[in-house]
Amino acid sequence: MQNASLDFKRQVTVKLADEKLQQALSRLQSRFVEGRSAVISEIHDLQETRDAATRIRDRVLNNLGHWLLHFEEQATKRGAVVHWAETAEDANRIVVEIAKQHDVKTAAKSKSMVSEECGLNDALENAGVKVVETDLGEYILQQAHEAPSHIVAPVVHKNKEEISDLFANVHGLPRKTGIAELCREAREVLRPAFLNADMGISGANFLIAETGSALIVTNEGNGRLVTTLPRVHVAITGIEKVVPTLEDASTLLRLLPRSATGQSITNYVSMLTGKKKETDPEGPDHFHIVLLDNGRSSLLGTPMQEMLRCIRCGACMNHCPVYQNIGGHAYGWVYPGPMGSILTPLLDGIEKAPDLPNASTLCGACAVVCPVKIPLPDLLRKLREKQLALGLRPRQETALLGIWSWLALHPRAYALATRIAVRAMKVVGGKEGLLHRLPGASGWTDGRDFPAPEGKTFREMYRERS
Amino acid sequence: MNAREKILARISEAKPDKAALSHHLENHPRGPQPMDFDDLKKRFAERALKLSSDLVEADQLNLAPGLIANYLQQRTLPMKGVCWPALNHLPWLDSGLDIEARPAWNEDMVGITGTFCAIAETGTLLLLGGEKTPASVSLLPETHVAIVDPKRIVATMEDAWDLLRRECREPPRTVNFISGPSRTADIEQTVTLGAHGPYRVLLVLAP
Ligand code: SF4
Repeated sequence: MQNASLDFKRQVTVKLADEKLQQALSRLQSRFVEGRSAVISEIHDLQETRDAATRIRDRVLNNLGHWLLHFEEQATKRGAVVHWAETAEDANRIVVEIAKQHDVKTAAKSKSMVSEECGLNDALENAGVKVVETDLGEYILQQAHEAPSHIVAPVVHKNKEEISDLFANVHGLPRKTGIAELCREAREVLRPAFLNADMGISGANFLIAETGSALIVTNEGNGRLVTTLPRVHVAITGIEKVVPTLEDASTLLRLLPRSATGQSITNYVSMLTGKKKETDPEGPDHFHIVLLDNGRSSLLGTPMQEMLRCIRCGACMNHCPVYQNIGGHAYGWVYPGPMGSILTPLLDGIEKAPDLPNASTLCGACAVVCPVKIPLPDLLRKLREKQLALGLRPRQETALLGIWSWLALHPRAYALATRIAVRAMKVVGGKEGLLHRLPGASGWTDGRDFPAPEGKTFREMYRERS
Repeated sequence: MNAREKILARISEAKPDKAALSHHLENHPRGPQPMDFDDLKKRFAERALKLSSDLVEADQLNLAPGLIANYLQQRTLPMKGVCWPALNHLPWLDSGLDIEARPAWNEDMVGITGTFCAIAETGTLLLLGGEKTPASVSLLPETHVAIVDPKRIVATMEDAWDLLRRECREPPRTVNFISGPSRTADIEQTVTLGAHGPYRVLLVLAP
């Protein structure tokens, strides 16, 4: 997917003024935030479980090579073919080749953020393979030619009326207005896609090293259909998704759906191992697993490694006051919210997303809800430091921060400067006591007035009292 | 170097302590477990109902077809469908049901399966795909009926893995955990039952 993060600031203004989007986002807040808090307490030792999940992910990341090789060995034993892709383009090329090799004309796809990361659909379509998204949300987006705005609820930015219009338009059927009717219509339109597809494409929430399996967490059943009916199954996922054992996966599964949608468990958890055996009455004749690196391995052993613990639950964005106000599209790439503000610069280039690490108040809500305890605010701060070190911040900002840091290190000069500043500000603030403009802080004063100081610094007042 | 070698080379890890890692694999330690459930059957039933499954109980397996026929009749659903070949021996015809033992096709409206085991913690079924237990039967039809042996209700997913390790040499191609009818909340985050899989799930507890 093309990265449009450079346009972040302009997008924010647009999104804040979009009333429909604002309504949609408030729904997300009530359903997902309240939903999570209602079921997360079912886990009686939540903190211990989060710690255990964190250790599981760390164990994998500290020996990723070992676990990947073990996974590959087990998967291969069961007849799967494991492919390694360094970049998104490589992954696309591999899947296109698989399609050609098996003479694939149509593919049915269940939701996969890694395939969005690669822009896989376009690559397949360019190679003459018709791709049908079958997750309801992704299907709606494919028909509307839009990108997902949330990693779990991709179409959260659209309301029912828009979807009614869209379906009436593309299906040519009488316009439905109820949500259940819309779902039924999509089901009926999509059934043939499953039955006729030559290839099924899925992601994988986890890869189990012990058994060489791909584990998929879904609600709709489309993940099961695309991995059962077509004669070829391709699972595409990131190299970091491997976990050692079935028990490790179970611990993560206690947290993932609860954190994501407020469900104790998703409707389906499907574990797929190898290709169809001779005695199996159904299932794919070929099973390919594509492991995508795309910048992930370069984070290992760096202070950013912790980000690779992410299990893509979306809780950080659901709880983020910035995401809650601007939605996912403003972030410009596949991954929005706090995790996206870290992943986008890390995977796609720090210079391509200058605003994202700064699009956070560092309130810390994301770190509190993250099931694998990723210190998201710390990582955002580290990225800001890196931006500064690389000279990627605006010159004025860097200069102001330079002055500030010099003053902060020179107490006498600091006292003098603040004494002058508060007095000057009091004068400019006038009777109202408000400043309409502040040099170097127009981003703040454009939207609101700055209350003027009353004429004395804190230190002066402190001295008077003591 | 090919892509595989390049990726593995970039994964600069400290030399793995192979013994510790294989120890972890062999012992597959569990994470924190839920508190003990006093009554597995009761817990399973409670959770299954919460997931919008329906539930009936039969005194013996042979009575299951009668209960299933009742359920279908009450809801004016077709009295016709498919079952796992593993369940072919049940007296379907005697209960007025026209059931074929085979994988499901698109037209089939009712699919009847057994279960490998059930999980009390979440009210979940575990189904293994195989020669006599095709996965499509629990997936394509609008109504899924699952017969559950109460003796095979275990507490947690971890217990289910242990059972799987004990009874099967390796996991079959498909291992499916099923928790109620398929659903979607993609439109306005409103939960709607019946997405691409079944609209309803009937659980028949029968020894
Ligand atoms: S960073 Fe944490 S909260 Fe955010 S998606 Fe990843 S696992 Fe979930």
